[in-house]
Amino acid sequence: MHMADALISPAVGATMWAAAGGLIVYSAHRLKAELDERKVPLMGVLGAFVFAAQMINFTIPATGSSGHIGGGIILSILLGPDAALITIASILTVQALFFADGGLLALGCNIINIGFFPCFVAYPLIFRKIVDDRLTRGRILAGSVASVVVGLQLGALAVVLETVGSGISELPFKAFVLLMQPIHLAIGCVEGLITSAVVSFVWKARPEILEMATLAGPGTGRSTKKFLASLAAVTILLAGFLSWFASSRPDGLEWSIERAAGKSELAEAPHGLAAALGRVQNMTAFLPDYDFRQSQKPAGRGVAAAAPAAAPAVNVGTSVAGLVGTALTLGLVALVSVILKTRTQDRAARQNPFARS
Amino acid sequence: MSKIESALFDLSGLDALALQQSPIHRLDPRAKVLTALAFAITVVSFGKYDLTGPLPLLAYPVVLIVLGDLPPGYLLGKLIIASPFALVVGVFNPLLDRAALTQLGPLNVSGGWISFGSILLRFGLTLLAALILIATTGFNAVCLALTRLRVPRVLTVQLMLLYRYIFVLTGEGARMVRAWSLRAVSERRMPSRIFSSLAGQLLLRALDRAQRIHMAMLSRGFEGEIRPIRPLRLGAADAAFALAWTGFFVLVRFYNIPRLLGRLVTGIAQ
Repeated sequence: MHMADALISPAVGATMWAAAGGLIVYSAHRLKAELDERKVPLMGVLGAFVFAAQMINFTIPATGSSGHIGGGIILSILLGPDAALITIASILTVQALFFADGGLLALGCNIINIGFFPCFVAYPLIFRKIVDDRLTRGRILAGSVASVVVGLQLGALAVVLETVGSGISELPFKAFVLLMQPIHLAIGCVEGLITSAVVSFVWKARPEILEMATLAGPGTGRSTKKFLASLAAVTILLAGFLSWFASSRPDGLEWSIERAAGKSELAEAPHGLAAALGRVQNMTAFLPDYDFRQSQKPAGRGVAAAAPAAAPAVNVGTSVAGLVGTALTLGLVALVSVILKTRTQDRAARQNPFARS
Repeated sequence: MSKIESALFDLSGLDALALQQSPIHRLDPRAKVLTALAFAITVVSFGKYDLTGPLPLLAYPVVLIVLGDLPPGYLLGKLIIASPFALVVGVFNPLLDRAALTQLGPLNVSGGWISFGSILLRFGLTLLAALILIATTGFNAVCLALTRLRVPRVLTVQLMLLYRYIFVLTGEGARMVRAWSLRAVSERRMPSRIFSSLAGQLLLRALDRAQRIHMAMLSRGFEGEIRPIRPLRLGAADAAFALAWTGFFVLVRFYNIPRLLGRLVTGIAQ
């Protein structure tokens, strides 16, 4: 469920980064005000616990497929939403940097999808409301399942919105939603059951831990609500601003690229290998303009067959030029790497004659 | 369960690469963090039908891998393991977007294939940049740089502690799983009932451990932050590194270099 860099546009990535950044600063601020520095090692160790527990696969009853645990609700129960959000953010950062899960730009999306919804929506509005300071087995079960399911549904919906909003993937909104939500409903039920089992286990073995955690902050619920409203306002503002910025900006960018490229086209016109390649171009009868950014996307998907015939600006040869240029670029990169490699090896050999060659 | 242990080994393997000595490793972590960010932003800012434009950006990972003396096969292996999500979502593009955008000889190439290729290229470039950042800088140095770049200290301290205890707790979890599997010879995978009590047990141990760690930290004078021993210094080389690469990214973003090169060689100008 991790969002990937490859699927998001800069506008969406930046918006979510801003939202996640604001959320982290806010949580960090509240944690500092809380002045409970016992939480510092606790957060580190519990984050590591979620990490470790996620690596252990178990069999899902009746299906035989394997699942793993999600940590948002457990962490919120044990640490409170602020510390839980920071802990999830740290787990996601480590996953992005070490396991290439997600990516640097998608990190904002992932913190919102996987951290914000369980910690700041599902936990205070569902788990706390159901459990309500009176711990029983049934309440823990109902609260865990309901909050995990809601958290995952919101997260999955956010993935869909971010993907569709970015427009890199062609998946239409409806199909993607119909794909994601049921899958995450099933995952949510299993994760909720497991979460409740783990929480009940801790409650049975060491009741004081849970009682302390759930009784610790009755006031957090109210201020969270106020905070949620303000966060929603900020996000909507940001999204509106950035989407306006993003939609007006590319045109300007495209325009300047076109101008720049147009100029440089005129500048260089050596007639070198043209004769040989000219024949190739004549054979490749029809080459629509290579500049896809400019031609956006051919209007209808159904008119694929008619599109080449209708394309007005026939720029024979840009395709060939593009291919040759691609090969040349790759060749140049390879050449640079080989040169650098031999140079560094020479230096290493000079410094240390026993170094590996 | 050997899978957990191999994942741990993998985790430490990447960080261990940061112990090497190379011109790239010696750079200030802040320069490398900012350059990696600029790189990622440049990569995703290309249009989705632009397959050739971002290609010159390959120079960044390639040069860093070579100068930093990193094992390319190992990094590529990590990319392939991580690829399923981008692949699954991206593979719908060729199915849904069939309008022909270009032709290669007799072959019609649809926009979907091109945007699919562009998704894979973006995926590879951005993730490679993240892996290279860790392999040339090391996780703790990245955290230090983030602190200096005004990321809230609560988060950076949390990152360092998390990273420290991942190894401890994952090792503990792996030992528990092994103990279970030695007693349950006929079971291939853990039933969920066993898992929840095992995870609960691991959680209790984690809580106890956190308490011990807290006491140990208090007795060493901990008061809410971790102070680095090594000071960071931004030198001319660091500035040159960041500025040169950022300049290159801007150049690549505004000029389609493969196309210009192709025109230069084939001699086809408008």
